[in-house]
Amino acid sequence: MHALRRGTTALTSRTARNALNGRRGLQSASTERFGHLPDSHSPITPKLKFFNSVTEDGGQIPTYRVLDGVGKPIEGAEMPEIDETLARKIYENMVLLPTLDTLLYNVQRQGKISFYMTAYGEEATIIGSAAALASDDEVLGQYRESGVLLWRGFGLDNIMSQCLGNEEDTSGKGKQMPVHFGSPAHHFLTISSPLATQIPQAAGVAFAINRSARRGKNCAAVYFGEGAASEGDFHAGMLFASTIPSPTLFIVRNNGFAISTPAAEQYHGDGIAARGPGYGVWTVRVDGNDVLAVLGAVREARKKCLEEGRGVLVEAMTYRVGHHSTSDDSFAYRSRSEVEDKKRIDNPITRFRLFMESQGWWSKAEEDALRARLKKDVMQAFKRAEGMQRPELQEMFTDVYGGEEPWNIKEQREELAGLLKKYANDWEPWKTELERFKGKGQEWLKKSD
Amino acid sequence: MSCFTPHCARRAVALKPRLRFLRRWQSTATPEAAGHLPSVATSKLLRPTRDEALRTPGIRWADEDNSGPVRTIVGGRETRKMNTYQSIRDALSLALMKDDTAVIFGEDVAFGGVFRCTMGLAEEFGRERVFNTPLSEQGIVGFGIGIAAMGHTPIVEIQFADYIYPAFDQIVNEAAKFRYRSGGQYNVGGLTIRCPTMSVGHGGLYHSQSPEGFFMGAPGLKVVIPRSPIQAKGLLLASIRDPNPVIFMEPKILYRSAVEQVPIDDFELPVGRADTLVRGSDLTLLTWGTPLYHCETALHMLASPPPGLDKHVPESLRNAKIELIDLRTILPWDVEAVVESVIRTGRLVIVHEAGLTAGVGAEIAATVQKKCFLKLEAPVRRITGWDTPVPLQYEKFYIPDALRIMDAIVETLKY
Repeated sequence: MHALRRGTTALTSRTARNALNGRRGLQSASTERFGHLPDSHSPITPKLKFFNSVTEDGGQIPTYRVLDGVGKPIEGAEMPEIDETLARKIYENMVLLPTLDTLLYNVQRQGKISFYMTAYGEEATIIGSAAALASDDEVLGQYRESGVLLWRGFGLDNIMSQCLGNEEDTSGKGKQMPVHFGSPAHHFLTISSPLATQIPQAAGVAFAINRSARRGKNCAAVYFGEGAASEGDFHAGMLFASTIPSPTLFIVRNNGFAISTPAAEQYHGDGIAARGPGYGVWTVRVDGNDVLAVLGAVREARKKCLEEGRGVLVEAMTYRVGHHSTSDDSFAYRSRSEVEDKKRIDNPITRFRLFMESQGWWSKAEEDALRARLKKDVMQAFKRAEGMQRPELQEMFTDVYGGEEPWNIKEQREELAGLLKKYANDWEPWKTELERFKGKGQEWLKKSD
Repeated sequence: MSCFTPHCARRAVALKPRLRFLRRWQSTATPEAAGHLPSVATSKLLRPTRDEALRTPGIRWADEDNSGPVRTIVGGRETRKMNTYQSIRDALSLALMKDDTAVIFGEDVAFGGVFRCTMGLAEEFGRERVFNTPLSEQGIVGFGIGIAAMGHTPIVEIQFADYIYPAFDQIVNEAAKFRYRSGGQYNVGGLTIRCPTMSVGHGGLYHSQSPEGFFMGAPGLKVVIPRSPIQAKGLLLASIRDPNPVIFMEPKILYRSAVEQVPIDDFELPVGRADTLVRGSDLTLLTWGTPLYHCETALHMLASPPPGLDKHVPESLRNAKIELIDLRTILPWDVEAVVESVIRTGRLVIVHEAGLTAGVGAEIAATVQKKCFLKLEAPVRRITGWDTPVPLQYEKFYIPDALRIMDAIVETLKY
């Protein structure tokens, strides 16, 4: 209780400070000689002028970059602090993503898992931002952010178990589609398919941890694509995190496509970043294929988020190299050559490797060893998970409610059990399927009722 | 629960309900809302004395566990006369007092709420715990889900149940499925969504709706609707503490009109349990929220039809013993109580304000038909709003009023 009250006081003073800064800024405006509206601080002007940009010169919001295409710092680059250990961890995780993606993409093609979504091309955005967060910041993802979990040590076994929905699937006991990961131990809220729903939830998570004792140094980071930002929930989330003090870090992966819809058909304005200031939210646009730029920008954004106690927006400009999902053939709406060009010219992994090599932190031999090791690890984890059975069939009815199980759930579980007893040996589709479940449904078949 | 029945029947004979209503109305400062139901002010369903209030069936004192503060109660427990909004405010105050993680937010709740349910709470508990949100229902529920996912207790308000639909996705796809989809790793059990519901006499299309049926098909949710101040306090406290997300729908016409003695201590009434208000053996009358008072009036009309109506009520049916049940929880509904009752009576009339097609009554009728097939002596009747939006000037002909209920009882008994 005491801690809570302290947190509250801090917030109030922060709020007051912000209001003060805002007013001071306005007073310096030249239009101040006409006064300003009493309730909005808007300075009065005799000039009729429309505007359609958040930048003073009418141009687009610039993109923060540190490394050029060949891994050399660009002139005047504000380099984030990074040492060899951190750089190596970042690089290894960046390489792990496509290694994992390639295997799981291929096994989906073989029908061994039902669905998959790769993160090709977005490795720098995901790993760079993951590295910038505290390991106990709460993360709410969309579905292309398994790299954050890997960075935090979720492990390949858990990834595989979820995608296969086997008995070791801690994310959801085989209930959700592949790539819908979740882990309280890794402060990663379970992914759900409906787009953007996690955005206002993130503001709520941030609000709650801000009120919790010992969690005042954490923020909630929420990831989403530029397509999801068109949902009403984006608007709600930005609004709530800015209006109700909630340290929420909005990280938008602007990869140019929402399935087949190019960003140009998604919005007419200057991307997502241009919306931030409309909500009174500090905003930055960053080159999402430059891991150092992402690291630096997200670190600063996180710092600002905690200082202000409100939402901060980071728009990472990247490119979705892979298909939207295994259910999508992206060459139906974009040319193969466009994708190949992107992969060659602007590959986030290559860019960072060249930087690593220029620092003397990486070599060809290490590269070969890493790729071989990761490939082996990934294959080994898959083989292990593939051999496992699904959870017990009765798990299908668990976790609908907490506390006492309602009668309807109980009745329906018993109805299915009765049907299994009656038909499981004679109805081929059920018989084959039962073999895949731990205990083969015997927990129901054996009961005497 | 049956304690109420015998003396209720006696009083019904002793008092002229109409007269008593007038006297009561004149003595109160509360202005009469259009459509104010005379039967609410005079209802025997309400508990006007301390003794009756303390003997509310199913009441569970929440301060009698070890986690509550130590207290000595001298001379029994106290009650205070409250209307429904006051009892809700009382429940919210207790919830905030006992749970530091509890917060209340929504549109206009800080100044006390458009129905006064949060009066003084911001002053008492601080703006950090009772605050306004931007005007965005999907935002309010999404924000609440996030707070609940961290194990805290968000109590959110949607200003009218009519405006809950922008949050439908957050409620049905997110809140309801949060526990299931995470294999039990996460849940939003702390979330309670309060919203005023049902008709108010002049609410038109968007201040009158009863959307409980839309949520009945969302496993993972609970939906609770109280009928009176005691019920509102006990069920709301239970809903807030239930380990599942609960939509708590408050019949708005009862905010001021329903008044009873409400225990001032912390108590709960069970979620998922129906409440049998009047025992009977000839027909089961099942409803929830506002229509309970229309049902009560209908029972009076059946027993002693007003002039003009008497020709429609055969003498032989006037002594029929009708069992009146308040369902209280829509999801999961109390199948046991309803089925047990219909097996005894052989007849069922379900009353609700929402439209007929795919309403809650359809679900209950189908289940009763399945479980009581051999006992049913008449078709299950559903007296509901029509399958139209709730129309402003036509409301008296839209709602399932006492006459329509009485007619259904007569027809079902005659079948």
